[in-house]
Amino acid sequence: MLGKIYLDYAATTPVDPRVLDVMQPYFSASFGNPSSVHRYGQIAEAAVESARETVASVLNCRPDEIVFTSCGSESDNLALRGAALAMREKNGANWIITSRAEHHAVSKTAEHLEKYYDFKVEWLDVDKHGMVTPEMVKKAVCDKTALVSVMYANNEIGTINPIQEIAEICRANGILFHTDAVQAAAYLPVDVNALGVDLMSLGGHKFYGPKGVGALYVRKGTALVPHLTGGAQENGLRAGTQNVPYIVGFAEALRLTHEEREQRAAHVKPLRDRIIGTVLEMIPDSKLTGHLESRLPNHASFVFKDVDGNLLLQLLDAAGFACSSGSACKTGNPEPSEVITSLGFSHDWALGSLRVTLGKDSAPEQVDSFLKVLPSLVDQARKLNQR
Amino acid sequence: MTKVVVAMSGGVDSSVAAALLKQQGYDVIGMMLRLWSEPGKEESNRCCTPESMALARRVAAKLDIPFYVVDAKDVFRETVVQYFLDGYARGETPNPCLLCNRQIRWTFLLDHALALGADFMATGHYARRRTADGGRQELLRAVDLAKDQSYVLHVLNQEKLQRALFPVGDYPKPEIRKIAESFGLPTASRHDSQDLCFLAGDDYRNFLRRNAAELMRPGQIVTREGKILGEHNGLANYTIGQRKGLGAGSPVPLYVLGKNAETNTLLVGTQEELGSRELTAREVNWVSGEAPMESFRAEVKIRYTAKEAPAEVMPLDNGSRVRVRFDAPVRDVTAGQAAVFYQGDVLLGGGIIQ
Repeated sequence: MLGKIYLDYAATTPVDPRVLDVMQPYFSASFGNPSSVHRYGQIAEAAVESARETVASVLNCRPDEIVFTSCGSESDNLALRGAALAMREKNGANWIITSRAEHHAVSKTAEHLEKYYDFKVEWLDVDKHGMVTPEMVKKAVCDKTALVSVMYANNEIGTINPIQEIAEICRANGILFHTDAVQAAAYLPVDVNALGVDLMSLGGHKFYGPKGVGALYVRKGTALVPHLTGGAQENGLRAGTQNVPYIVGFAEALRLTHEEREQRAAHVKPLRDRIIGTVLEMIPDSKLTGHLESRLPNHASFVFKDVDGNLLLQLLDAAGFACSSGSACKTGNPEPSEVITSLGFSHDWALGSLRVTLGKDSAPEQVDSFLKVLPSLVDQARKLNQR
Repeated sequence: MTKVVVAMSGGVDSSVAAALLKQQGYDVIGMMLRLWSEPGKEESNRCCTPESMALARRVAAKLDIPFYVVDAKDVFRETVVQYFLDGYARGETPNPCLLCNRQIRWTFLLDHALALGADFMATGHYARRRTADGGRQELLRAVDLAKDQSYVLHVLNQEKLQRALFPVGDYPKPEIRKIAESFGLPTASRHDSQDLCFLAGDDYRNFLRRNAAELMRPGQIVTREGKILGEHNGLANYTIGQRKGLGAGSPVPLYVLGKNAETNTLLVGTQEELGSRELTAREVNWVSGEAPMESFRAEVKIRYTAKEAPAEVMPLDNGSRVRVRFDAPVRDVTAGQAAVFYQGDVLLGGGIIQ
């Protein structure tokens, strides 16, 4: 639309036309409130419940274990706040364990619980690839731990965490385990039983669904204190009239993603590898951030020494390429991101981060033209930085 | 398509500048600087509050142009704020906006603009640029003399002027408001405060107390004859021509005539002593790029808000300094401010008063 090349699919994705099609009837034609008694309500309710079944079948869980929310961040909020409060009420546990590389939706919620609810947070360091190892979790858990939250795949650096093994440790210690799978769901399997998680957050717009809708998987029997109180929607865990068309769109997008997961991954992975290989070879003082193998197939991320990442994004945008940096910052206030800093990079490296993420519509020619201009733009950004 | 970066502030003038250029068919990019404020007051810098940034972003969206914020905090602190502190340490009354225009707007931001592939950079300044014979660029006063801002642009040279566009300089201010309305742009002006942006609304004296307490040493108040009249509470607290608050017992009203940073003394005198016929200016910039060899007649402006006064300008040291001799004595010649020379509408150059 803008005549530009979009390489920021980790930020958001376009709504798949097939998804838009199934959403359409629920705006004006079938507009009922799912809680209503009459036929209008019944039709809307059926749409929401059918969506719930679709999501449950992809997640390999029961439909009543799915709570629809307004976004991935809300799912994280409900999981952390809801589970922490419920666990403390149950057995007095008041420690939350999470990592230094989490999305703000988790880390800021943990800080909030510490500041206003007297919880204690233990921040797990990550290794140099941004990974949380099972050993770290094993060392950290104790009988006062209410909840462990470790993301499935990192949004900034693409690293995939060993969720299954971490879940096993939590299970063995009788501790709830939440994973933020918002970034992972587009490319990784989200079978909650295979993963062994108790709580898992999803956001629709990361996998060609609409913005403004998410879901939280809540394992049967997991007590949560609702954070949005009111009506009894969503099992009493999330009050408010359901966003019917968006929930329908969410489910269809997830279904398509599940169906096409392998072919989508097979499409982006070689493009990603070409980006990583070329950048590291062509651009001096460049490093890959995150794990080389255990990373999202559509995700390439780097740091460049002595480059202002924000400036590089502006140069790229002006040249017609939409990318992102670690510190998603439109206000021109450069602070290195906590995630990049947690990897141990010094200031002169940490500010120069770049994230290039691919999607199902990314074409090899787009990657070629991107790789053609990037080295000179990094060079230009370096020159401006020296002033 | 010719590409132009517009330095935007969220105010009516730069917004209209962007709108006019877009209308004229330029490929327009909006840019805004994030400048420095004291720790804890980062959101209060008058030139880049969150509100003005949001406003500029809205204007850019309305005009359908890209918009980027460029961080200049470090370079602003190192150059402009340091210059401000150094000026007071020398007993002068510095005008950091001049340095900001030279170092931040027309160097730092211009470099960013050029890196984005821009051919020109535009600002919402009320001034004009004209191409003279042979391609030489002239800097002219704005059509609206009451709004003219060419004074702060006297630091520009040919290289920068080649890249400069001042789209609002051709219009009277009321016209700019009308144009803004016709484009559906916000019409608010940043209130014409003389306060410096990085003071974030605070008094400069408080700023100096916090950041350069050593400048606030008490010293003697003396007359030209060397008579000690009392004690001042730090030279930086006074401006040239100031009458009130001297606290020196005297039967006739006394005015601040000058400051001596070396001896930390404040020179005072009567109203008759206040006028000066002559000044010397250093670090002179000649817009044409060529310093005149001989004396010339000009109208000289000694501060942003002063009225021009006719004078003879004599280049010294190959034009890097000048001596200005006014036809009639002028009041409040203040070291640290700029003396800027005009012939008619044409700005010839200017330098810092010693």
